[in-house]
Amino acid sequence: MRRRLLPNTVALVVAFLTAFPLYWMVLSALKPNGEIQSLDVRPWTLHPTLDNFVRVLTGEGFGRYLLNSAGVALTVVVLSAGVAFLAAVAVTRFAFRLRTTVLIMFLIAQMVPVEALTIPLFFVVRDLGLLNTLGSLVVVQLAFTLPFAIWMMRGFVAAVPEALEEAAMIDGAGRATVLWRILFPLVAPGLVATSVFSFITAWNDFVFARTFIISAKDNQTLPAALLVFFKPDENDWGGIMAASTLMTIPVLIFFVAVQRRLVSGLGGAVKD
Amino acid sequence: MTAVLVRRRTKARPWLYLLPAAAVLVPMFGYPVYMLGLLSVFDYRQAQVSGGQPSTFVGFGNYATLLGDARFWEVLAQTVGFAAALVAATLAVGAALAVLMTRVSPVPRTTLSLAALGAWAAPAMTGSTVWMFLFDADLGLVNQVLGLDGFNWFYDRWVTFGVVGATIVWHSFPLVMVTLYAGIQAIPASVLEAAALDGASAWGSFWKIIVPMLRPLITIVVIQSVIWDFKVFTQIYVMTNGGGVAGQNTVLNVYAYQTAFGSSEYGLGSAIAVVMTLILLAITLLYIRALYRSGEKL
Repeated sequence: MRRRLLPNTVALVVAFLTAFPLYWMVLSALKPNGEIQSLDVRPWTLHPTLDNFVRVLTGEGFGRYLLNSAGVALTVVVLSAGVAFLAAVAVTRFAFRLRTTVLIMFLIAQMVPVEALTIPLFFVVRDLGLLNTLGSLVVVQLAFTLPFAIWMMRGFVAAVPEALEEAAMIDGAGRATVLWRILFPLVAPGLVATSVFSFITAWNDFVFARTFIISAKDNQTLPAALLVFFKPDENDWGGIMAASTLMTIPVLIFFVAVQRRLVSGLGGAVKD
Repeated sequence: MTAVLVRRRTKARPWLYLLPAAAVLVPMFGYPVYMLGLLSVFDYRQAQVSGGQPSTFVGFGNYATLLGDARFWEVLAQTVGFAAALVAATLAVGAALAVLMTRVSPVPRTTLSLAALGAWAAPAMTGSTVWMFLFDADLGLVNQVLGLDGFNWFYDRWVTFGVVGATIVWHSFPLVMVTLYAGIQAIPASVLEAAALDGASAWGSFWKIIVPMLRPLITIVVIQSVIWDFKVFTQIYVMTNGGGVAGQNTVLNVYAYQTAFGSSEYGLGSAIAVVMTLILLAITLLYIRALYRSGEKL
């Protein structure tokens, strides 16, 4: 036990340092403005207040942005889950020409720098008449979450023994019944994990919201709206930290929910 | 007759299932990739976008402009250097902590993984804002603790890169740590015990046993980190307010974006984006080869 004292101490110090920025974010969000403006910075507060949250949610319209972000992310999640499930079945349950090509394209698509495609996408979105709409964010983010979602779902579908489907077919079930009544419930846990990733990608998106929502302030989403608080001289740090906290908490909850699947989602790099 | 029909239907079925995905990916992913290439060989600026002026085909003119521009080479070198430093730092921190995790009691281990999970989960945007606040010249905790009065961390090029880099490593080391920890757990305990009995130090058994045994896993983590760190965008864009003082902290991704949307040079911006995509594509092909070697079946 004694020889573990040093490693244990180091681990706890590192854990403290790693968690500290998040602690600081929540703490600063709860501090009254006087303490934030004070040059005597203290790592605690004796007067926690929700003032920053109230100001951000009412005065700056963050309630609206929060709803926009949630609406876009949830729409992307639902659509992405259904589409990815079907595509994953196609690439795992059927042997067809170009199957490997299709798979490699899904893999390559994950590596394409999203920001680079913003330039042509801007014109595509403009020509579709979708600039300044939340719909533009939904379609674009759907396209960018799909390759990874399909890649991940592929593993979950492959894990279900084909014998189950064959048995159902012999009993006279049609393709559609097998798909939705047998396979779908069996991969539901995997679908949930995949959906959480789609949610996080959509929720965190900054560059599309920044580029496609130019003048319609009401259709802004959280990450891009956060920039509103940055002012050349006096940053409203209390407001920024409160908004950041609001943005981080949903992701944190979802992340903890799927943490076990994170490593196995690494393209099967880690063997069970 | 029916048998033929059934077979034909089965042949079409996978494509039927891929149809919804294709309906999204072809117009919103495939077409933009094609259009990116097309834009990069045209002279496409504000006049063409809103003024309705005809766009002229310039062939590789935009690329020639880039290759002859000292600024482009500076940004490219800066991007490569920054990404290399980030990958090295992320790996060093992640690997050291993965080994540390195997040597501590359950409570510190759980505490460390929870803390890492928090850093991992934090959106790039909020991570950036919190670190900016911590390093704020007047109200930041760091200056207060170090007793630096009003020191601006976002003025000097290299100091700025240091702070932004620390933020990025904070975001990305947990993945490396968790992955390598899982890998080490999969190494049979008897192997490490045998080494310890033969008098191998922790340092020695890390380099002589863990690294060789986890080589495929490490390759994947390295390439994944290279890909992420090479296309870093949000942290630079937000923390340095679009590229730092006089654009000194610009990396390729931000450079392409700013050239297109900041200076309205859409053709030139697309050419930069194409160069970046090609570099990433080359790295991705390495990644796919590494996946194959580690026994992943497509």
